[in-house]
Amino acid sequence: MFCLYVIYPIISSIVLSLYNWDGMSDKVFVGLANYRELLHTDTFYVALKNNVLWLVLFLLAPPIGLVFALYLNQSVKGMRLIKSLFFSPFVLSGVVVGLIFSWFYDPAFGLLKLIVGHGIPVLGDERYATFGVIAAALWPQIPFCMLLYLTNLTSINPEIVEAGRMEGATGWSLLWHVVLPQLRPATFLSVVLTIIGALRSFDLIAVMTGGGPFDSSTVLAYFMYDQAIKYFRFGYSAAIAVVLFLIMLVFIVYQLRRLLHTDR
Amino acid sequence: MYPTPVSRWSPMGRRVYKTSLPIALVIWLLPLIAVFITSVRSTDDLVQGNYWGWPERFALVENYRAVLFNSPMLHYFMNSCLITVPSVVGSIALAAMAGFALATYPFKGNSSILGIFVAGNFVPIQILMIPVRQLTLHLGLFNTLEGLVLFHISFQTGFCTLFLRNFIKELPYELVEAARVEGANEWQLFYRIILPLIAPALAALAILVFTFVWNDYFWALSLTQGDDAAPITVGVAALKGQWTTAWNLVSAGSLLAAFPSIVIFFAMQKHFVAGLTFGATKG
Repeated sequence: MFCLYVIYPIISSIVLSLYNWDGMSDKVFVGLANYRELLHTDTFYVALKNNVLWLVLFLLAPPIGLVFALYLNQSVKGMRLIKSLFFSPFVLSGVVVGLIFSWFYDPAFGLLKLIVGHGIPVLGDERYATFGVIAAALWPQIPFCMLLYLTNLTSINPEIVEAGRMEGATGWSLLWHVVLPQLRPATFLSVVLTIIGALRSFDLIAVMTGGGPFDSSTVLAYFMYDQAIKYFRFGYSAAIAVVLFLIMLVFIVYQLRRLLHTDR
Repeated sequence: MYPTPVSRWSPMGRRVYKTSLPIALVIWLLPLIAVFITSVRSTDDLVQGNYWGWPERFALVENYRAVLFNSPMLHYFMNSCLITVPSVVGSIALAAMAGFALATYPFKGNSSILGIFVAGNFVPIQILMIPVRQLTLHLGLFNTLEGLVLFHISFQTGFCTLFLRNFIKELPYELVEAARVEGANEWQLFYRIILPLIAPALAALAILVFTFVWNDYFWALSLTQGDDAAPITVGVAALKGQWTTAWNLVSAGSLLAAFPSIVIFFAMQKHFVAGLTFGATKG
């Protein structure tokens, strides 16, 4: 079943990307024409650029998550509840997060207007739209990284930390040289999962901007959805998906090698 | 312990830390709090431009009733339940067996199957979209709940199998051997020995998969059309178009959509966190 729904579609997508097909009439083999067209489309570059932007800015989540984790890693009364509340944005659906934020940004009455003093049409402005969506996406991602760090923090070796303190390491140097190396598993994971999340980003864009204004906030994932569902260009859309897949493949191969390595 | 425990701080520092906690929490959850307040705000308030002040009148019942009965939200909500529950049960049942097989039988191709499952987890879901859509159309399941359930089961099984396989692998293998010596057949081994032992993992996984499936939007968009089989995520997104200015109702709808996952999260918090971190660190 997994093969039917996951493996077969991957192969079928790759094959389909070589055809010109609208879902109804016969498929026409066009070779690499879809890819060639893709390389001449401005939107493709915008989407690609935005994907990179997503990747870079989304990677802020692990360090911010670490800061949160360090801040919350104390035993005060009621800490469990506080940690859970901090974590709660993660369980919200992307649609809900998107709605909350598009409303937060609303230039006419949004909370942002109240804070800044004047309305900024974040989502309606080509310059800011992507940043606005990424900020919304960071909101659930940060607590996720926080949680990974928090669990890792409970399992670090207290003796080494104490030894570091004896040696006179304090504050930053203690964090950098003694604690962070022990947090490597959490760092690795949160980075990998954040990258995957960034490349998969779809819900928020669909809800908040629909790729607009003028396709300025689209990413590959949304671009391909748009081409397939709105314009019925299945072959072309498959080509975009293949590009996305190739980008992701780098990380998949890396992850697989690591897994097989630890298994031996 | 890092950072230095608060109990070893100066009293002043401790007090500052403790007061900072609720403040940080409120700022962090500000969007959520704002949505909640808006969802109980009356329409008059919004008309008068009272968007952020204290509501003049609470309209909790009124708003939620409007959302539940004057829009198809209840229908979407039911759809979501009908999609999520079978998906969770199905994928976990399949994964328990697959995980058991992968963890205990050293058959040929074992690690390549595992590798496929891992890779499948990280694939950009978008590459699956067109073929899965086509497949669903051919099976005549397009725009039905079954179509979505079938897909979710297949996709989530990959993740669950990986998770459970690692969990079963951690169990002492002598247990399996001992049971075999006692004359248990493979089914009994699975039912009597393994299943009880992995019950906590199953609980954790169930909660996790529940939130994944409940919150799915992409597949709901790809595999449904119109209202018939649309889950609540689609419903909420549609509300935005339907009631552009009635933000109090849209907020109420959003909270309604978020409600089950939040409740499950808080009720089963321990399992949830355990599942998430275990699945993640071993994956």
